[in-house]
Amino acid sequence: MKSILAVVMFVGLSSTVLAGGADNPLLYKVMIDKLELRNTSGPNTLVLEADAWVGYDLNKFWFKTDVERTDGNTEEAEVQFLYSRAIAPFWDIQAGWRHDIKPKPTGDYLALGFKGLSPYQFDVDAGLFIGESGQVNARLDAEYEYLLTQKLILSPELEVNLYSKNDAEVGIGSGLSDVELGLRLRYEIRREFAPYIGVNWTRKFGQTADFARADGEDTSDVQFVAGIRIWF
Amino acid sequence: MIDNNDPRYKRGVTLTRRRFVQGLAMGGAFAGMGLGSGSVLAAALKRQGSSTLSGTDFNLTIGQQAVNFTGAPRIGTTVNGSLPAPILRWREGDIVTLRVTNLLPETSSIHWHGIILPSAMDGVPGIANGFAGIKPGETFTYQFPVTQSGTYWYHSHSGFQEQTGLYGPIIIDPTAPDPFTYDRDYVVMFSDWTDEDPTDVYAKLKKLSHYYNFNERTHKDLMKDLKEKGLAVTWNDRKMWNQMRMSQRDFSDVTGHTYTFLTNGQTPADGWIGLFKKGQKVRLRFINGSAMTFFDVRIPGLKMTVVAADGQNIEPVVVDEFRMGVAETYDVIVEPKDDRAYTIFAQDIARSGFARGTLTPDISMTATVPEIDSVPNLEHGDMGMNMMGGAGHDIASMNGSQHQMPTESMMPGMEHSQHQMGNGKMMPGMKHEQVQMPAGAMMPGMDHGQHQMSDGSMMSGMDQMTGNGQMEINKLKPNPSDFTAGPVSHAQTEYGPQVDMRADSPQYRLDDPGVGLRGNGRRVLTYSDLRALRTTYDHRDPDRELELHLTGNMGRYIWSINGIKHSDAEPLRWKLGERVRITFVNDTMMNHPMHLHGMWSDLETGDNNYLPRKHTVIVQPGSRISYRVTVDAEGGWAYHCHLLYHMPGMFRTVIVS
Repeated sequence: MKSILAVVMFVGLSSTVLAGGADNPLLYKVMIDKLELRNTSGPNTLVLEADAWVGYDLNKFWFKTDVERTDGNTEEAEVQFLYSRAIAPFWDIQAGWRHDIKPKPTGDYLALGFKGLSPYQFDVDAGLFIGESGQVNARLDAEYEYLLTQKLILSPELEVNLYSKNDAEVGIGSGLSDVELGLRLRYEIRREFAPYIGVNWTRKFGQTADFARADGEDTSDVQFVAGIRIWF
Repeated sequence: MIDNNDPRYKRGVTLTRRRFVQGLAMGGAFAGMGLGSGSVLAAALKRQGSSTLSGTDFNLTIGQQAVNFTGAPRIGTTVNGSLPAPILRWREGDIVTLRVTNLLPETSSIHWHGIILPSAMDGVPGIANGFAGIKPGETFTYQFPVTQSGTYWYHSHSGFQEQTGLYGPIIIDPTAPDPFTYDRDYVVMFSDWTDEDPTDVYAKLKKLSHYYNFNERTHKDLMKDLKEKGLAVTWNDRKMWNQMRMSQRDFSDVTGHTYTFLTNGQTPADGWIGLFKKGQKVRLRFINGSAMTFFDVRIPGLKMTVVAADGQNIEPVVVDEFRMGVAETYDVIVEPKDDRAYTIFAQDIARSGFARGTLTPDISMTATVPEIDSVPNLEHGDMGMNMMGGAGHDIASMNGSQHQMPTESMMPGMEHSQHQMGNGKMMPGMKHEQVQMPAGAMMPGMDHGQHQMSDGSMMSGMDQMTGNGQMEINKLKPNPSDFTAGPVSHAQTEYGPQVDMRADSPQYRLDDPGVGLRGNGRRVLTYSDLRALRTTYDHRDPDRELELHLTGNMGRYIWSINGIKHSDAEPLRWKLGERVRITFVNDTMMNHPMHLHGMWSDLETGDNNYLPRKHTVIVQPGSRISYRVTVDAEGGWAYHCHLLYHMPGMFRTVIVS
């Protein structure tokens, strides 16, 4: 599967590298959307959610990562390498490879997704991840920006994960697995630099919740968060 | 055109002369750019601005220099050490020779904007016949006969050099005197300066298109609407914008957040000063030499008589205010009756800042600077939409100061009504009872439509809208000479990720002063006011119709024509000698100043006998507009949106043979 992905990526690259010029310049963007401390009942958690792209107007390569560290241990770490192509005015289709470094055992997925702006201005990232073991993970991430002022922005966010199969090793149950609701208030000192505070509510469901309980973990948590959002 | 191969603009790499021209910004008041008797006084004042070069033989050197407009030193692009570049004063009938030497570390060029000349002299690298730009260290000699008179300008057509300062005025004195008199003559050139590297500005727009917009609607606006209109109406008002994922406050991509707006190279803090004596007539030659900024210009306390548009004399129109698209020029006469100072106030279309100047009888007298107008909202018509049963707050019919409309005529579906009668008079807000129609010509659903009766033909748009906004019946060909907007069709190439909207029902909006100027209580110039002073040069009816759609994707910051960007587009091939009618349909929410090189655009403003000739025509958001072009200039020509960061894509090469 990896070799197929590599070919897909290579074809994508070669078709775009030849293009370019002032009306379609080669650009990159790095977005550290969340670099935050989460205040939990136990030790604080450090969370990084970031992505980066390089490419042209309609064709780009994306990198996405999601890392959670608690007490010096990396508990979750995921990376995605995607080819992204604009298919509609507000939508890109993205395909590539997702690799879960943590928790162990590592997992590899074929990633397929849509990213864009929905009517009513929700930033949506919807992915379908098909693992080698046949595990399928559907993930929806939606975010809204409400301008309190030009620089003070309230941003509710929802993330939902569903899985096709139980995976006891990583504590995932089939069906609706977990929901995360966040509300962050950021102040854009510059467009590119904004500290924020917020609150994050997570809840595990079904078999995933059962796995968590068996491990002695909470199935629901409310965390206060503080962090920075940076892009360039 | 943007030279795709230009290296990124390198600051201060090979400076030929490194010196501060702080006087441009910090030199205090001076009466620079005086052309008439004002220049005598100006000479006595501290002056480091643009000088005037006149005659037939010019040596211009493009270079880089340190400038300081904001307190932070930067490198500007200059001509003969000046930013703006020197005023060039020519005479109609002369042959001018201009030797342009490029001391920049990259290819440069000069385009003589609005000047009718052979293609090879037009200065667009890669498009003008045989012209590949002026390489570093090289000199190119332009030579051409001057066949026109009036106010024009010149600027670089390479990279983003125009943003960094390569622009200057051109004044051409006529062989026969102008049909108006004046005692003083000043150039008032507006421009926009940024301390940022223009390639960074462009990249930022591509990464976050609203990067520079700090006038978005916020919580406060929502609360105000809820209080004033209630939940249901507010929800409905917001619905369309939210569904379309568009900002109602999207007027200008680059704003005062990064721009310092200049008047003859002077910041608003310093202000440019023009002197007069009470009772004198002052000619002001306004030039919008901006990269990206539309200006709304007025002089509180003075009526302005507009005598020329884009260098061409028009039937004088007295106004309080006018909007200048990028690259347009207007000549006005003012006659200050009092012994007091007046502020020349040019706010940007996004209401994010202003350029300022002062007309004063005495250098020590100053005038108050008005507040910037409140930030308007784009309206449904700006999306090229008819909103049946909408809240009735749209477009030209509501241009209250100019067109009083009885309340009872504000019918749903009338928002876009711009009724053009055969005599060229616009009748916005026409009540349907007043419409004269040929007997028996009534069509079902005509009762609040767009009625055209100049030649007995009749068209209707409005009531043929179905609930979902689709145009159904109208089969008649649009007839631009009477401004009845027929149905619009969009090419297949307009459908795709590169285009985020298409105007369903674009209307001729010649008498619409535009967003932010509607119903502001001032008499605002509109294109329907423009009437050439002499009869139309070419009376032929158009041989051919060409419809071009201005397209883009705001969020992705991609701009194109008919959904195709310049590098992917075939050139437009026009036949020498033909007369073409070009109709623009603006499928975006932004104003685009469209500039055709080498040939005049005879703007169809109402009276075909007196079509005003323009070189740059604003196409309002969601609107349509048409002009006639006599294709009398052989060779390659550029045809493009004059907003610098739209230009790479929203561009066509025209080849005339």
